Amino acid sequence: MKGNEAIAHAAVRYGVDGYFGYPITPQSEILETLEELMPWDTTGMVVLQAESEIAAINMVYGGAATGKACMTSSSSPGISLKQEGISYIAAGELPALIINCMRGGPGLGTIQPSQSDYFQATKGGGHGDYRLIVLAPASVQEMADFVGLGFDLAFKYRNPVMMLADGVVGQMMERVKLPAPRPRRTDDEIARTCPWAVTGRPEWRKPNIMTTLELVPQAMEDHNKHLQEKYRLIEQNEARCEEHFTDDAEYLIVAFGCVARICQKAVEEARAAGIKVGLLRPITLWPFPAGEIKRLSKQVKGILVVELNAGQMIEDVRLSLDEIKPVHHFGRMGGIVMDPDEVLVALKERFEL
Amino acid sequence: MKEEIIIAGFGGQGVLSMGKILAYAGLMDDLEVTWMPSYGPEQRGGTANVTVILSDAPISSPVLNSYDTAVILNQQSLDKFESKVKPGGTLIYDPYSIHHAPTRTDITIVPVDAMEATFELSSSKSYNMVLLGALIKVRPLVSVDAVMRGLKKTLPERHHHLLPVNKEAILRGMELPKL
Repeated sequence: MKGNEAIAHAAVRYGVDGYFGYPITPQSEILETLEELMPWDTTGMVVLQAESEIAAINMVYGGAATGKACMTSSSSPGISLKQEGISYIAAGELPALIINCMRGGPGLGTIQPSQSDYFQATKGGGHGDYRLIVLAPASVQEMADFVGLGFDLAFKYRNPVMMLADGVVGQMMERVKLPAPRPRRTDDEIARTCPWAVTGRPEWRKPNIMTTLELVPQAMEDHNKHLQEKYRLIEQNEARCEEHFTDDAEYLIVAFGCVARICQKAVEEARAAGIKVGLLRPITLWPFPAGEIKRLSKQVKGILVVELNAGQMIEDVRLSLDEIKPVHHFGRMGGIVMDPDEVLVALKERFEL
Repeated sequence: MKEEIIIAGFGGQGVLSMGKILAYAGLMDDLEVTWMPSYGPEQRGGTANVTVILSDAPISSPVLNSYDTAVILNQQSLDKFESKVKPGGTLIYDPYSIHHAPTRTDITIVPVDAMEATFELSSSKSYNMVLLGALIKVRPLVSVDAVMRGLKKTLPERHHHLLPVNKEAILRGMELPKL
């Protein structure tokens, strides 16, 4: 099945409580598949096509405040519209899953694949000092798996998680093993596991209030300090990546999402031509696997960062190093997807191989 | 075994669904598969293409620039993809909408009169299944049985009465290539 369809199936099977979205290519199959599955008749999951992206993200905000597992999905221009709500969800420390199936920008751009929202996803997007946990799926299997992983992390840290996918992984079909279905959490379970949730106050506790407004400066700084402590904890515990052929690598390619798959083939071709190149695929873009890149940087002569943008993740790769090594970029933009041969040519050109 | 295939033609000719049925047939034969479409306005006219990879090992890139086998249904697609067939590869095309036949000599070129054959069949909609039959005759990557099981899986149940018509088209397609 398609990556987008896998997300929809995985959401129902995970026991998600609510999906709120608005159609946009190349991710509309998520909403369409959920409507086809009609989970309201089986698990009781709410699937709602909102009147706009802004309405959808605020429905997620409201649902998440009650401890429910809520998600939304869109593509680049639609994700820009959601940024205010995402900032509020991060400030309110609410668990939620936001899927961005990226297309080329800026502006309304194109419907073809891109990775040009890396900065937006990993550095902010909305206002204020907040972080999203950002997962970058590279296969249809990961599109399914990261729904569960995303919600697990979102609830573990009370933090919104973004799945930063792209038009390739959204539209392509591959073999996928769906997770085993499990029931949605009961209201009792939510009350027990989410003591912060706004669920209606029993006699024995103070009211839970969900607001992101704090007019006392010291209290607001304390809240920011608390958020930063949490982010440091996430950085320590949750950076994930995958390596291919790095053991004896003299050169390193760093790429995420569909581009990592393309680069994997380029690496296979380079190896066949006698070039010792390895691939590191960040699975989490925030927290960034800086430690692994630093370790490998000491062993290689140079690093090529390959992205569907003008050079965004390359900044995090450079920040990961503690000594000067050549770090080059190869990218295509505006919806054009590079093929493995282009990556190989770029690798040879940049390092004069 | 690994076969990298491009199927390209006009939007509406059934290019994407032909690729989908081929991919599902691969699944039925327990192969690893990827199906990567051109998406968007192409689906509603204009040119459409789909890359299908069948392999007995995990597949890296779903995006390619050269192919083992190309199935070409119109002139624009031939112009675009003839040069991208790997040396020693196979190019299957339907002369019906091709004005300039392919000229390469380092690949196997197989003309298949699929449109003509479809006119004689009971369903004019089974053009892509005639071509799929021709493809699996020329490149026996999956069995007819796997294709039928793949078709059954992809076709909504309300259309299952069309399975015999499609099988007829596939079998007719298998008779077409002059090897």
